[in-house]
Amino acid sequence: MAQPAHTLPAHPEKATLEGKNKYLGFWFFLGGETVLFASLFGTYLALRGSTADAPGPADLFHLELVFIMTMLLLTSSLTSVFAVISMKKGSFKGMIMWMWLTVALGLGFLGFEIYEFYEYNHLGLGYTSSAFASSFYSLVGTHGAHVTFGIGWIITLLIRYRKAGITLTNASKFYTAVLYWHFIDVVWVFIFTVVYLLGVGA
Amino acid sequence: MSHVDPSARLEGKASRDTERSLKRETKAQIASFVFMIFMTSTAFLTVASDAIPTGFAIPFILLLASVQVIMQLYYFMHLNSKGNAWANVMMWSGLFVAAMTVASLMLLIGVTKY
Repeated sequence: MAQPAHTLPAHPEKATLEGKNKYLGFWFFLGGETVLFASLFGTYLALRGSTADAPGPADLFHLELVFIMTMLLLTSSLTSVFAVISMKKGSFKGMIMWMWLTVALGLGFLGFEIYEFYEYNHLGLGYTSSAFASSFYSLVGTHGAHVTFGIGWIITLLIRYRKAGITLTNASKFYTAVLYWHFIDVVWVFIFTVVYLLGVGA
Repeated sequence: MSHVDPSARLEGKASRDTERSLKRETKAQIASFVFMIFMTSTAFLTVASDAIPTGFAIPFILLLASVQVIMQLYYFMHLNSKGNAWANVMMWSGLFVAAMTVASLMLLIGVTKY
């Protein structure tokens, strides 16, 4: 290959047809995910007052803990933005470094969430304790499962492509994983407001 | 460019134009991050302090959350950049159905208290 076929394009994630398709298909998926979470939010909002003598939102929630979790996830959203910027600059090392940092922040978030659920269970809020309990664990637990999956996805990419450099194949894969990660953060912003702030404030 | 090997390592640096726009983008992203932190903290303080009446606090923090989500979608996830019309269609259709889902579930299940 004499011609410079492998120079870095401005948008490596959308430089191939496969990349373009992946990008569009993933937004279609995110639209569907929005509806999935909406059904859980609607159920929670309808049932959050039905505590059936089990502990309720005001007895359980500690805003400080949730505030720290929010900051962790928001910061991890920014580090994944930096990963994409590094990718577009052609810095593979930078991208890998920012992605690992994103994973670390995500793990921190997950640790707090596991502690939180353990604590609530300890205080007498089992999954079947009340309608509030079931809808709360379903909503926040589904989000936690998404975080877990996202961490697994990014770690898989990081290990598989640890020596590959930026290629037209993996640029779109990293980009899609970052979109997923932002979406997780978007959902959490609403959980923070609707579940925790409204649970304590109203 | 017809026989490009997609698994070949991409060489070289970004063009000067791309470099410049990335620098601008980095600044905008950091600014929106700071703004999002500010909005989250405002929502937190609105609820944590007893001075603000609930009737005002609820719509206010819901508004803050919505603004923050729009910023995530348009800046962090680049829905604002050119050539993203179909991505916008996907996401806004999702949000449209989501709004109806939340409203109908609240009306259907929320009326009878379990």
